[in-house]
Amino acid sequence: MSVDSVFVHKMWNDHEISKMVKGGVPYPMLSDGGGKVGTAYGVYGEDAGVENRGRFIIDPDGVIQGYEVLTPPVGRHVGETLRQIQAFQLVRASKGTEATPSGWKPGRMTLKPGPDLVGKVWEVWKTDMAAD
Amino acid sequence: MMAEELKAGCARPTGGLVGQPVPSPSEPISTTQKEERAMIQVGKPAPDFVSPAYHKGAFTNVKLSDHLGKWVVLCFYPGDFTFV
Repeated sequence: MSVDSVFVHKMWNDHEISKMVKGGVPYPMLSDGGGKVGTAYGVYGEDAGVENRGRFIIDPDGVIQGYEVLTPPVGRHVGETLRQIQAFQLVRASKGTEATPSGWKPGRMTLKPGPDLVGKVWEVWKTDMAAD
Repeated sequence: MMAEELKAGCARPTGGLVGQPVPSPSEPISTTQKEERAMIQVGKPAPDFVSPAYHKGAFTNVKLSDHLGKWVVLCFYPGDFTFV
């Protein structure tokens, strides 16, 4: 979603993105002329009149589970967004009985929060798991 | 998921929030209301909206609440023809 019109979205998709991605953008390209939606989400920059780089993960109940907002010069890491979605999906499927510690990715151990875990995280989770 | 396709025309369609009161000109939005409106919190409902969209060759409308039951990534960016 950006403040560009749907006509500009079409031009960008047809003349540039479709040269990078076969078939073009697979999902809807939303237009927010005036920034009304961006304002509600706290990402519209009134000075420049454009949206900042906001990314919101919304669950099947319509609840925001996570977000990230960056100023325009720095781009995002899509892999991190996908990792977070996978983690939120795992937690939801476990009905909250499992949690994903720092650095979790699919296939890695999860934690089962509860009295037995208190003071024992160090036994199962190591610091080098946080950032690789 | 897909709403009705829009007819091509010269008008530039805009969208907006769903279920938000529109303030009348005689009642300007106070600063507190503005701040409240911009409040986004994890664990709280995402503000619903309808927006015009371009999707696979067609102009259409997208309503966030039509996607209940699915995971949604809502992504804002400064402008077309820039990186994302």
